[in-house]
Amino acid sequence: MSGPSLLQAGKALMVRDLRLLWRRRGDAFQPALFALLVVVLFALALGGEPQALAKVASAVMWVAILLAGLLSLDTLFRGDAEDGSLEQWILAPVPLAWLVAVRVLGHWLTTALPLILATPLLAELLHLPHDQLPVLLASLALGTPLLSLLGAVVAALTVGMRRSGILVALLALPLYVPVLIFGAGSVARSAEGLDAVGALLYLGAGLVLTLVLAPLAAAAAIRIALH
Amino acid sequence: MSLPPESSQLPLLSARGLAFTRNDEPVFGPLDFVVAAGEALLVQGGNGAGKTTLLRVLAGLLRADAGEVEIDGRKARPDLRARAIAYLGHLPALKADLGALENLEFLCGLHGRRARQLPGDAMGMVGLSGHEDTLARQLSAGQKKRLSLARLWLSPAPLWLLDEPYANLDLDGINLVNRMISAHLREGGAALVTTHGAYAAPPVQTRMLVLERQV
Repeated sequence: MSGPSLLQAGKALMVRDLRLLWRRRGDAFQPALFALLVVVLFALALGGEPQALAKVASAVMWVAILLAGLLSLDTLFRGDAEDGSLEQWILAPVPLAWLVAVRVLGHWLTTALPLILATPLLAELLHLPHDQLPVLLASLALGTPLLSLLGAVVAALTVGMRRSGILVALLALPLYVPVLIFGAGSVARSAEGLDAVGALLYLGAGLVLTLVLAPLAAAAAIRIALH
Repeated sequence: MSLPPESSQLPLLSARGLAFTRNDEPVFGPLDFVVAAGEALLVQGGNGAGKTTLLRVLAGLLRADAGEVEIDGRKARPDLRARAIAYLGHLPALKADLGALENLEFLCGLHGRRARQLPGDAMGMVGLSGHEDTLARQLSAGQKKRLSLARLWLSPAPLWLLDEPYANLDLDGINLVNRMISAHLREGGAALVTTHGAYAAPPVQTRMLVLERQV
């Protein structure tokens, strides 16, 4: 006999998550709709004045996408904890950290990626200067997986609690702030005509580091939470 | 991994001085027991005697405070446990929005599957044929239990930890559990079964472990 390979187990989990998402596609749109709402409300509140909007456009995009990700964080492991799936993850012959990583990848693909793809449209709504769009996209492409991974650690830490609502936000905030600063900062620097590569490299370095450490930390937190 | 019974001299599972305390209150132990391939261990005890806790400790979901667990004569490290143990707990680990077969396929992907065993056939064996596409939320508690039994049947692990496998099942289901345990033991597996004693035990070689509530 032989157990499943990492790829087999990862594929099974990804297929399951995509099927679940399709069954509950109404809920799945929630984060994207939330981000859209924030962007539209900002555009309306600032009176549609192109100069005023252009100045804050990249920051608004970043905050909207960050908050949309935060909104769906609590559901990352909660459902699996309640129906006993997490127990079976722990007992599976593949590392728990690997399953966590696949779950986070699925979360990023379904919540952040659609928003990144919609960013050119939303940026148009906010009159973002066109030359800033590539930097914004690059910073989001590096920053949102970082947010998902950090968020997974927080979600895993609070999975043992019945309701964690505000606690998730409070724990995630200090971890999210540096990502926001470098992410939105990179676009701001390029707007001032400076080189944005430094900030993007920091994001990339942070992503590599969390890619290795966050699944391990989240797996440890899940084990503790289920004790 | 699972050796045929005649060639294995070492017990499949052995525990020495196994004890667990929760908030400084002893839950069970220290316990010493062995389960050989081809044997079932019936863990009996009233509500709150620590049967579920014992199984969770053996599965590796909880950490024992004292004692050692060996599988096939080797120290039960997490990766060894994961390959040797299939655990049937109180929570069915089914996603309510997925069909019965989809749930089973996912759990097989996670735990591996015995050669020449197909999820569809296992569903027929546990009496769920025709329910392949039924959403798990629409299954009754007994049907969910049967689906979990199908998962167990497909698992390649030689050691079954069954926590109240008879709960929620009708008479036919209870027979099914006993037939499955008998077949599994004939193939050189072993099973730990918790029960509060109200059900008929499977007609196999059994040892008994009676847990008493610690004061």
